Amino acid sequence: MPTNMENIPADNSGQIDRRQALKWIGAAAAAAAIFPHASAQDKLPRPAATPTGQRIGADPVLNKNYTPGELWPLTLTAKQRKAAASLTDLILPPDNPGDKLPSQLGVQEFIDEWISSPYDETSNDRPVITEGLNWLDAEAQRRFQKDFADLAEPQKCAIADDICGKTAVKKEFKSAQNFFGRFRYLAASGYYTTPQGWKDVGYVGNVPTVNFDGPTPEALKHLGLA
Amino acid sequence: MAIITEKDLQLTYDVIVVGSGAGGGQSAYTLTMNGVKVLMLEAGRNYDPVTETPMFQSRADAPLRGMSTKEKPFGFHDATVDGGWEVPGEPYTQASTDPKQRFDWWRARMLGGRTNHWGRISLRNGPYDFKPYSRDGLGFDWPFGYEEVAPYYDKVEMLIGVYGSNEGLENTPDSPNGTLLPAPKARAGELYVKKHVAQFGISVIPIHRAILSTRQDHINFPARLHPNNPKAQKILAKAMQERAACFWATDCGRGCSIKANYQSTTVHLPPALATGNLDILCNAHAREVTVGTDGKANGVIYIDKVTGQERAVKGRAVILAASSGETARILLNSKSNRFPNGLANGSGLVGKYIMDTVGGKLGGSVPAFENLPVHNEEGAGAHVYIPWWLYKDASKLGFARGYHIEFGTGRRMPGLGVGSASPGYGKTYKEEVRQKYGAGIGFTGRGEMIPNENCFCELDPSVKDKWGIPVLRFHWKWSEHETKQAAHMEATFAMMIDAIGGKTKKPELDGTKAIEPGGSIIHEVGGAMMGADPKKSVTNQWNQCWEVPNLLLNDASAFCSNPDKNPTLTIMALAWRASDHLVEEMRKGNL
Repeated sequence: MPTNMENIPADNSGQIDRRQALKWIGAAAAAAAIFPHASAQDKLPRPAATPTGQRIGADPVLNKNYTPGELWPLTLTAKQRKAAASLTDLILPPDNPGDKLPSQLGVQEFIDEWISSPYDETSNDRPVITEGLNWLDAEAQRRFQKDFADLAEPQKCAIADDICGKTAVKKEFKSAQNFFGRFRYLAASGYYTTPQGWKDVGYVGNVPTVNFDGPTPEALKHLGLA
Repeated sequence: MAIITEKDLQLTYDVIVVGSGAGGGQSAYTLTMNGVKVLMLEAGRNYDPVTETPMFQSRADAPLRGMSTKEKPFGFHDATVDGGWEVPGEPYTQASTDPKQRFDWWRARMLGGRTNHWGRISLRNGPYDFKPYSRDGLGFDWPFGYEEVAPYYDKVEMLIGVYGSNEGLENTPDSPNGTLLPAPKARAGELYVKKHVAQFGISVIPIHRAILSTRQDHINFPARLHPNNPKAQKILAKAMQERAACFWATDCGRGCSIKANYQSTTVHLPPALATGNLDILCNAHAREVTVGTDGKANGVIYIDKVTGQERAVKGRAVILAASSGETARILLNSKSNRFPNGLANGSGLVGKYIMDTVGGKLGGSVPAFENLPVHNEEGAGAHVYIPWWLYKDASKLGFARGYHIEFGTGRRMPGLGVGSASPGYGKTYKEEVRQKYGAGIGFTGRGEMIPNENCFCELDPSVKDKWGIPVLRFHWKWSEHETKQAAHMEATFAMMIDAIGGKTKKPELDGTKAIEPGGSIIHEVGGAMMGADPKKSVTNQWNQCWEVPNLLLNDASAFCSNPDKNPTLTIMALAWRASDHLVEEMRKGNL
């Protein structure tokens, strides 16, 4: 059995194992309540529960780079995609001058690929994300009479603060909070797997070196090992 | 000779080898270096790590950020193609509907088999491991001791390249000086664990893995491995020079295009092909071994997977190294008047006493690791491990044998789930993600299973694969030795996480729940045990079937026990030993 990364928990390596996957899929399913608010206002058709499309297959070309939409068709409408891009940028704002916005790195396209995939592991996210994005625009209209992407930052924050899980969430925002949690999971997964995200989070590997130098003196000192 | 298609098959070969992984690769290597003409049959497609490995791709380059799927269970970039616990068109069945009695069977239908993705952990069985029955009355002794196998461990380590160190610990053998390659440095988190678990008598030491931490000694090793064989020395020296040292980047499980790690496809097969004595036929799925009127094996019937046609090839001897389960299946499907219960199955033991490794795991987060000054922690997967430390307490534990511990720390390539432990959004969220990234730890236990009568495979009476070949039906039941061991693992991991100031969930102390399902560790061994008594074993100590001496089982099917040490190195050592003996027997005209 390969052991390179399997020892590290999900938050570290991102290799979700079967048990963990089942756990969060269960959680998402339990909380995937309908957003009455949004579906009433946005007359978008509910997406099919299980998309069909080309799967990855048992023998894909491994050393080529894939783009969302290449293997199976994407789901989000232009309006939803715009909301998704805007929310992605709100969750993961660039810290350094010259860094790109997550939406410029295509993070929302990864989210679209995810919710559009023909795999059981992702199918519960499909209604959560699409209906959540509909709710987001509807809520923005309700409060500020604009779509979410067109709001000023403090207005976006006013909505996000209510659903981001930092403070106790009001009953009417339970579904929206679940959406936000899943969206953030996907946005962060999409972003931190890009080279800019690596740099951002402090991952400096994937670079060939002649020697493996081990921990730096500073790292050893940090752990009381120097 | 080369990787061929059916039209280039010779009329007959000295030896037909079924399977191209650790056992088949080593057998073909040893035989062809000694001038034996070999045909290797591989059920999967040709696979070339040099051109196919995704070396530097990020997870963002993969569909779904590399998520594990049924088709790619270890993630998109894992080397395995056409493999997994499910292979389309090639089912297997379970005798019980009880999920605790499942055995999930991993297969890799590709040239090189499972060696393409394995963890490269290369631990020698120790002296106790070959005589387990003599020590505690459980399971079976092997028909030889450690000292008999040690020279072959030496040879395999030199050939494939294994990093590690000699620590002189109980039942954890040292290698002769100059055999191992230097161990890579431990990571910060690994050193931290080492310091804080020493109080429990637990040692964190360099692990042994089949990765070139430096280039191999292509001047001296070939002569030591192939004395009096200048051609073999020359071929091996060249093959060793074609392998680069590890450059400490990219996940070994993806394969290695610079040949720095061991895969049969980069280490065993290229020199074997260079001898001119090896033909490899891919997409050739062995169905049965044929037997002549003299009762000897004389060839193999296989399915050409491209055309679906059944074909036959002839050989003076046959080696099965198709994986334990597949080897048992081929034997059971090789029925004739002389062998009505399957070939070489007079003992009734073919398919019996199959084993996996006892697996348990627990992860946690470690505040001390937060905000560790950034540096490159990638390395080459596992650098250290914890060998079993409680040999002296065997009578107090409530279970037999023991386990080793592997663990992972550090900032490794981010994947799905990074940031999922933090609430909020925006700059403060990102700050917390940075703080926590790399502050996780994961412990896994890998322990010995005692062979038992409830774990076996047989032919399913009705289900067949897409070519009409009867499939395996598995029976599985852990004994209390395994489940109690799994509970012990959990308690130990929780204790260690506590000792480093980490946080974890409540450990699962019900071993029946803590233990990983049968087959999930993919250390499938047994099913055609070797032994000293033809009535109680399938092969003799040279992996030759008692009833069919020119039929050898050179994979893990012949294993008598499954120590916590991962099986691959032992598969290779025994395949080399058995192949040497086969060469001698052929030279003497005994086969």
